[in-house]
Order: sequence, then structure tokens, then C-alpha cells
Amino acid sequence: MKEIVVISGKGGTGKTSITASFAHLGGKEVVVADCDVDAADMHLLMQPDFKNAEDFYSGEVANINPDECISCGLCREICRFNAISVIKDQYVVNNLSCEGCGYCARVCPTKAITNESLNVGQRFVSATRIGNTLVHAKLGIGADNSGKLVAKVKSDAKKIALESGKKIIIVDGSPGIGCPVVSSLSGAHLVVLVTEPSVSGLHDLKRVYELVKKFKIKAACIINKHDINPEMTQSIKEFLMEENITHIADLPYEENFTKAMTVGQTIVEYDQDSLRTTLIESWEAIKKI
Amino acid sequence: MKIAIASGKGGTGKTTLSVNLASYLAEKEEMVLVDLDVEEPNSGLFVKSRLIYEEDKFTMKPEWVENDCTLCGNCQKVCNFHAIIQLGTQIMVFPELCHSCYACSELCPTSALPMKKNKMGKLRHYHGNNLSFIESRLGIGQEQAVPLIAQTQEYINHHFDSDQLVIFDAPPGTSCPVIEATKDADFVILVTEPTPFGLHDLKLAVETMKALKKDFGVVVNRFGIGNEEVLEYCAQNDIAVLAKIPNDKRIAERYSRGELIYKHHPEVEKQLGYIVQAISLRRNGGSK
Repeated sequence: MKEIVVISGKGGTGKTSITASFAHLGGKEVVVADCDVDAADMHLLMQPDFKNAEDFYSGEVANINPDECISCGLCREICRFNAISVIKDQYVVNNLSCEGCGYCARVCPTKAITNESLNVGQRFVSATRIGNTLVHAKLGIGADNSGKLVAKVKSDAKKIALESGKKIIIVDGSPGIGCPVVSSLSGAHLVVLVTEPSVSGLHDLKRVYELVKKFKIKAACIINKHDINPEMTQSIKEFLMEENITHIADLPYEENFTKAMTVGQTIVEYDQDSLRTTLIESWEAIKKI
Repeated sequence: MKIAIASGKGGTGKTTLSVNLASYLAEKEEMVLVDLDVEEPNSGLFVKSRLIYEEDKFTMKPEWVENDCTLCGNCQKVCNFHAIIQLGTQIMVFPELCHSCYACSELCPTSALPMKKNKMGKLRHYHGNNLSFIESRLGIGQEQAVPLIAQTQEYINHHFDSDQLVIFDAPPGTSCPVIEATKDADFVILVTEPTPFGLHDLKLAVETMKALKKDFGVVVNRFGIGNEEVLEYCAQNDIAVLAKIPNDKRIAERYSRGELIYKHHPEVEKQLGYIVQAISLRRNGGSK
């Protein structure tokens, strides 16, 4: 079984549109995991049935019982996250700031503080209109632990692939280089980097590739909107050569990306021209790596 | 006054808007621009100014002092993040799991786990053309953006008066880094694009801002592509659309070269003017 993770460093490079096209081309051979749990968009193109939903709990949040609190202020003093404040003479926890370390509950002299486990989102295993399985999630607002939800989505996708004998898992990762990205990279066999030829596209590509290197995962790259800046496209290609990253394809600046999305289709369904051909060739090339 | 520029979806134009708005405003007054997208900071690629200060930023992590340890196991028990494990006669600390809560260190009966500085990134302060630009950059492999964002805000609060106009370029998404980057803001500008992805992620961002009880407005970027649904959604939910920046391949090309847009596109300059009006209204009327 092969796990292919698509990431970009920078947002808005076309990562999800391209991943969804691969998911369509892979059809019943693949299991798809949307690990961009912060802003999950894959379902807009795959129309999953949201059938199998599971609440996801991770971490804790402190809660102060006002009846037992003697307002000694110790919890507030030791809290490193400024999560405890005094409102109308009462000590209260700000849930969005609380990291759930539990330190306050341990030192409270009257045991007025308890830790409650935190529902950080929902995980779905869905059948899609394409006929494959999509594992996806919805992170609660401002929730911490998105890395753990990513790990959950990935491990469920893996389980399904093993049980149903699928050979490939396609993972849509999130932007950035922080915990959700680290979590989506762990255990992957191939990273597909989707970039664009802009100063920020290249800058972010280099940073995210530094991270990929730490994981020692093979990498391939698709340059989207290659024609907006030919010199920058050239600089990206030189970087790919230097780093031994397989250059898969160049895609043009093309409004069919948006048009396909607007009618809820993947690009390979909407476009009947060279964009579609290039994506089919890209998918075949990726499968061979 | 602090203005955060955020979005659910990545790549909608947060950085473009942040650098253009800050430079536009800096033509008239002293401005501060802060890049809080510490995982992938890009504003600096568009701001040409002189480095005046830099410092390393640290988080505090426990370090085991074997000679002082009695192997009581308390540290392992009090760590909610499984960042400390006792293996036989060894205590192992996993810094990437540690949230720097100090519980293990301060509850250790023999003070065998003092907190030590651990470098997580770098803050740089640039200045030029009426614009102070502050950027923080997370070290590669560091997973937690929140402490660096928080320390960068502390730097801002320490160096600038509260009536100074400050623009924050926030990270994408709706989770902890965004909360940290917007929680001090008096006004939040959500940048979106008029597409199904844009709308879906805008809704998440709006829910987040409502949970934070923030005053916010929307800027539609790449206006002209996609469909009308973003505008319909804003109208139905009484959300102010501050500006519509046109879709234009020439803007994408200029952006790709790291250039400012508004100086060459009068329509963009006009739209920035609308945003400045919205900011002035809040500034003079006092923010919520």
C-alpha cells in the first residue's frame, strides 16, 4: 500500500483541485483522506454521504466550580496560557486559551477545578459519487489538536485501505509547516508538492521541502500557473533539479480550475482539453514513482 | 488600533491585501505591519526595508537533571501531553509534545526538571518608508506556532502605543494559530474568493470570528471569477463587504514578482480606499 500526500506550503496553489482530480482518476482503486481538517474542501467536489460520523475527543479543558472556589488565585498565578481570569469576582476559564494541561486542577487547594474532555470535531467515513471512500473531518472552531485529528483521519483511511485491499491512499494535506502538516507527512511514501511560480510560492516550497527532507520521503512536484512568471518557473525547476525532486508537470493559469469547482466537478471531468490530458499523465507518472 | 487580515482558505490574498494596505496607509502616516503567519511568512517578500533589530525566540522546556532526581514518577503523572516518560531509571523528555505548562518542573519535589530555553524561531524588525515591519519565522520542524505568535504580539504591545495602527497578516485556517493571531484585534478583515471553496471556508472563518465576538468585514478578492454566492451569503447574514478586488491575470503576474499592486491598478487603489474608510469609521467611532 502506498500513501501519497499532496501539500503545498503556501495556500491557494490549487492543491485540493489537483488532489480531487487524482481521486477521480484513481476511482475505486484508491481511498481518499482529506487531512486539511482546518478548511476541508474536498467534500465539495466529491459529494460524500457523510454517513459514518464519529465525534473526536482530544485534550481537555479546565472548568472551575464556583461553589467550591475560594478565590485564592493560585490557578491564575500558575497558568502559563493566561486562560484564567476574574469576571465579576469569579474565577473563570477561557476555553479558547486553555491548553488543557491540568496544572490548575492539580494545585487547586479545594479541588474546585475539574478537567473535561474536549470534543474537537467530527470524523466522517463517506462513500463518494465517484465510488470510492473519503475519510474527512470537521474541526471545531478554534480547536487545538488538529494534528491529532489528522492522525485519526489518516489511520482510519489506512485501515479501510487494508480491509478493502486498496493499493493507494491519496491525502490532501494542509498549508503551512506546523503540526497538521507534520502529522500528515508521518508514514507517507510519496509527497506531491503543488507550487506556483511566485516569490511566495517558491519561498514556501523551500520551507516545506526542508520539512519533507527531515522525514526522508520521496518528493515530486507540479508547478501550477506556470505561465504567470516564466523566470520564476525556471528558478523552481532549478531548485527541483538541485534537490532531486521529480518534476511531474506544468499546468497553465486556467480559469477552468474555478469553473469546475463552481459546478462541483473535478477538473478532469470539467475540462476536455489539454488540462485534462496533463492531469491524466501526471497521475500515471505519480503512480509509477 | 489593531487590524487582523485573516481567511479560512489559504491563498485568497491575505498577504497581498496586508502589504498593499499597509504601504498605501504608510503614504500618509507611520504604519506597523506584522506577519503572524509564522509557518510560511511571506509579507517580507513584498516589503523593501532595512533590518533594524532581530532576536531569537524561545519556548521553555524541562530538562532532566539526573543527579537531583529521586525517580518518584510525579512528572510523568502530571504531564497531560505524554511529553515525559519514565523508562526504568531514566526520565525522557519529548520537547515536541511539551506545551510548556511548567507542571512537571514546578511540581517536582526535588526540582530535578528545571525549565530551559529552547529556540523555536526568530523575530525580525525592519523599517523604511514610514513602515515598521515585524516578522516572526518558525524554525523548520517546530510544530507549535501559537507560542511564537503570542510572543510576537507581546513585542508589538511593548514597542508601540495602543493608538498606533497595526496590521496583522494572520495564518490561514480556523484553529489555534488563527485564534492567537486575531484575539487581540479590534477589527478583522476576512479575505475570500467568490468560489465554492472560498465560501465554504469563509463560513468557517465567520463562525470563528463570531465565537471570538469580533467586529469583522469581508473583502472579496479575484472578484469576477466563480459565482455570486459569497455576496449573497454576506447580504443574507448582514456581513459588511468592504471591498471587491478584481480578478486580473496581470495582478497575479505582478504578485508573482513580489511587487505591490495598487500603484499600477487604479481599481485596486480605489478598493483600498473603501477599506481605509471602514477602518477610519471604526477608529473614530471607537471599536466594539
